[in-house]
Amino acid sequence: MIEKGFKGNNFYKIWLLGLALVAANGIYFYMRQLDEGLGITGMSRDISWGFYISNFTFLVGVAASAVMLVIPYYLHHYKKFDKVVIFGEWLAVGAVLMCGLFIMADMGQPQRAFNILLHPTPGSVLFWDMNVLTGYVAINFVVGWNTLKSEQSGLKLPGWVKPLVFISIPWAVGIHTVTAFLYAGLPGRHLWLTAIMAPRFLASAFASGPAFLLILLHVVKKTTRYEVEPDAISTLSKIMIYGMIVNIFFYSMEFFTAFYSNIPDHKETLQYLFFGLDGHDKLVPWVRTSAVLGIIGVIMLLFKKVRQTEGLLILGALLIFISTYIDKGMALVIGGFIPSTLGEVTEYTITYPELSISLGIWAIGFFTISVFFKMTINIRRSI
Amino acid sequence: MFKMYSKIKVFTGVFIFLALATFPFWNKVFIVSKTNYEMPDANIKPALAFARENGFSGCIEDRAFMRAKHMKLLNHWRNEVVRENKKTYINSKGEHFNKSLTGTCLKCHSNKEEFCDSCHTSAGVKPYCFDCHITGIQNTNQLNSKAEAIHEIK
Amino acid sequence: MKLNNEVNRKEFLKLSGVAALLGFGGPLAFKIYASGEFDAAESNSKVRYGMAVDTRKCKEGCTDCASACHLKHNVPDHKSKKNEIKWIWKEPAKHLFQDRDYNIEAEFSADMPFLTLCNHCKNPSCVRVCPTQATWKRKDDGIVMMDYHRCIGCRFCMAACPYGSRSFNYAEPRKGIAKLNPDFPTRTRGVVEKCNFCEEIIGTGKNPYCVQSCKEGALTFGNLNDPDSEIRKLLKNNPSIKRKAGLGTEPSVFYLV
Repeated sequence: MIEKGFKGNNFYKIWLLGLALVAANGIYFYMRQLDEGLGITGMSRDISWGFYISNFTFLVGVAASAVMLVIPYYLHHYKKFDKVVIFGEWLAVGAVLMCGLFIMADMGQPQRAFNILLHPTPGSVLFWDMNVLTGYVAINFVVGWNTLKSEQSGLKLPGWVKPLVFISIPWAVGIHTVTAFLYAGLPGRHLWLTAIMAPRFLASAFASGPAFLLILLHVVKKTTRYEVEPDAISTLSKIMIYGMIVNIFFYSMEFFTAFYSNIPDHKETLQYLFFGLDGHDKLVPWVRTSAVLGIIGVIMLLFKKVRQTEGLLILGALLIFISTYIDKGMALVIGGFIPSTLGEVTEYTITYPELSISLGIWAIGFFTISVFFKMTINIRRSI
Repeated sequence: MFKMYSKIKVFTGVFIFLALATFPFWNKVFIVSKTNYEMPDANIKPALAFARENGFSGCIEDRAFMRAKHMKLLNHWRNEVVRENKKTYINSKGEHFNKSLTGTCLKCHSNKEEFCDSCHTSAGVKPYCFDCHITGIQNTNQLNSKAEAIHEIK
Repeated sequence: MKLNNEVNRKEFLKLSGVAALLGFGGPLAFKIYASGEFDAAESNSKVRYGMAVDTRKCKEGCTDCASACHLKHNVPDHKSKKNEIKWIWKEPAKHLFQDRDYNIEAEFSADMPFLTLCNHCKNPSCVRVCPTQATWKRKDDGIVMMDYHRCIGCRFCMAACPYGSRSFNYAEPRKGIAKLNPDFPTRTRGVVEKCNFCEEIIGTGKNPYCVQSCKEGALTFGNLNDPDSEIRKLLKNNPSIKRKAGLGTEPSVFYLV
């Protein structure tokens, strides 16, 4: 089956080769990181998690959003998602794969990673996060693979797969809730210490995941002329808009609580992110861009006419994707460390090796997603 | 499903992958282990003499035990010292020792190059103990003088 | 009231944990809970080591304690703020006690250098988050320990510590050590490290190096659970404060003011 994922025209082959090169560059810099230590990244004593963990957090959301396809299709028998569900599952598989790689890249002693299993610690959220992510990638892979196999052979989906599909629903909510708990339970990190961290994570996931999928399906359509049901696209875009509206709503709640209560600890990080603190404002342009793009994206797509124009819909999805990526993939994790627990502002600058490794991981993710998408399309065409 | 030609390709791929992934293992079994090394008797004698001078009957356990199990013993020690705050080792003869690689073992076996490295190198093992634990000879005057003391006994 | 809170938290964690673990087999769940250091925060040992820093005696410009500690523990100096490692150091008072009005509460000034180190909290949040029990609270004396052999370098503990007491070895530690102390190991790259209350010497009745090295007698180390200990007498007879008391971590380092 998998060999069908490598069959395509020259453009597709060049695309895969390009990704492999970017991945190789990432691996080269990862070897250097293994050799020289995490000192080659921009992380510091004050900002002890950086771009790796940011990307990890964002991608857990992308993975979790597959549930937004599974629920309508399997629970509500929304048949128009028939063709699109599997792409959501592949996206989840690719996203969790990247999550794992980002965690490995972030570890100071990756060769000791199995200590997490050797000394299981149920009190640690990280222990649970590892378990739920591993389980989630397995479930999605098995479900996706068997769905495609049954499509190919024309036989019914094996009976044992269905329960897995239903387990995947709470499991998807679980992975992002547990990931939010990594942050939301730490004393002294006030940006993260919020009870709506998990709901916020889910809301932004249900915006960023469908946005990502819409963009990918558009690229698929342009390059392979493979199309899914137009109604599925329209439903997916509605899910994305609802997700983004709730996300913006939740974010504004944080503003209210911080600024109306006037508690300095709660205000300071938001001040840093949106206005700058003690003369430091490196993230301000990014965060403001994120806010503006997110709001423009939502307002734009509220109009049915805009949503029905393919180019504009993809533009809107792109705006929302970029907005959530900056918010969760940069501001949230790095911002959480500013100001430091000693009240000082240390800023974070990504380094070239760190960026190369991250791009390499994204390339591996895109490679996986491309192959799985291509396999699905080729098999469906051959039926 | 797989056609025959793809099956061959797939299995070749899997085989190459497994061969590469398990290379360190085969390397150790078939290549490194062929290299002979001599049991370093010579440099144990001064250590023994040094231990006796300091009131111990000899090494903490007998030679056969130490040769076969020193890594297990050290691993056990490190867990007990670091995690359980149990810092004294009582050997089969009832003698008390401080559980310490550099503070006990290497006080007598003070020449790490001869005593540890000679075997480790030819056996192809790279213990990372000494990434952190500081061996005396090259680093401190205090241990240098101990080493000199041993050489005098020799 | 306080006791109740603690018990409730413990019960809650246990119940939710057990509920979550049921899928993995109930007996296993209990075994994991029983064996771990998970309960350590609530242990009632006879000994709980702590320190009193007399800010009135601590001399400005003097760093004897930090020098002694860093020399004895092979703490590297990488000459870079990014890769910095420190176990004990001085920090302006306003950074340690952020919620004071320094214009009015003038017992000490905002920029007065105060000593800071790991608080060896009674409820350490760093211990709670560690996925491998590479950091844990020692049951018999309350010291928050580090196992450098086990740490995977995920830096979750650094995010969880509300005091900034932990450092990560971004760089090769030995490159930053001018003079090696052969009696104490260095660390390996890629692990987190912090003050260990001189765990290696206090067993023999000695004071930690920082206390030993202080000529002003500004540092007092002792058992907080013994009402007759010197540290308890000091805390009885002098006004004291501790860092971020509202977070419930219950630091074991007190500042006499």
